[in-house]
Amino acid sequence: MEITLPSTIPLQAYLALAAVLFCTGVWGLINSRNAVRVLMSIELMLNAVNINLMAFSSYLDGQLIRGQVFAIFVITVAAAEAAVGLAILLSLYRNRETVDMERFNLLRW
Amino acid sequence: MTIASTTQLICFVALSATLVLGALGVVLLPNIVYSAFLLGGVFLSVAGLYLLLNASFVAAAQVLVYVGAVNVLILFAIMLVNKKENLAAIPGLGVRRLLSGAVCGGLFVLLIRVAFTTPWALPGPEPVGEEATIRIGEHLFSDYLLPFELASVLLLMSMIGAIVLARRDVLSSDVITGEAADQGLIEKERTPLLLEKSPR
Repeated sequence: MEITLPSTIPLQAYLALAAVLFCTGVWGLINSRNAVRVLMSIELMLNAVNINLMAFSSYLDGQLIRGQVFAIFVITVAAAEAAVGLAILLSLYRNRETVDMERFNLLRW
Repeated sequence: MTIASTTQLICFVALSATLVLGALGVVLLPNIVYSAFLLGGVFLSVAGLYLLLNASFVAAAQVLVYVGAVNVLILFAIMLVNKKENLAAIPGLGVRRLLSGAVCGGLFVLLIRVAFTTPWALPGPEPVGEEATIRIGEHLFSDYLLPFELASVLLLMSMIGAIVLARRDVLSSDVITGEAADQGLIEKERTPLLLEKSPR
């Protein structure tokens, strides 16, 4: 059986890649004990969404490229989120002297 | 199959392999410093994918913002909070990992199914290619002007918020009552962030 390679990269390849990245991010978000790693997992998920936006903008919206504009806004919001998230993490670490997610349970039932 | 499309395919396969392996490393490696550097690699390969998609401006923005700012910020945070601590064992951790793995696998199957069964309107209109930067500029100053201005307000707010949250100063007297503040708070404010007693 002969495998024929596609002449151009299909849109579905980008979508599948973004799905892998997003699921990795979700798994890391649930399972990380270290708070910094949780923030890194969120960044992975945001990047997966950005790949989807860029792929759609290139394949389905080639003239207007609204997906690229949205990707730029997502990058902006992600930068703000990282700054505030790490500041919260620093002040949490100062109060609890740990970065273990299992011990940040002050508001848990 | 022309040489250009072969090159494109090879680049795509190499970048996606780097991306997937790097993402798995970010999530699974026990040393968080290695994870942070792998995250930089993931961001760089995502920028490479953007270049494959004819989006040079967004690729440059990705490198500048993610690799230059977010990744460096994460590395600084690791330097500030990197205390070796023995994490207490949680009962049922293996079950939790398996369960969340199953949930993520189900989500993945769902996403793949949607991606491969939806009849996308392909081929779409001809991509603008190198004019993309001009188009983005036109969008940002015409129909996306309000979100663009709001983004600047958001960045200012998050900058001020980060400074307020992360600074560590205690007033020597209570603002409302005028009494002297708790001495313990003042002492705590003077201690360096990396405590001497922390085990390494």
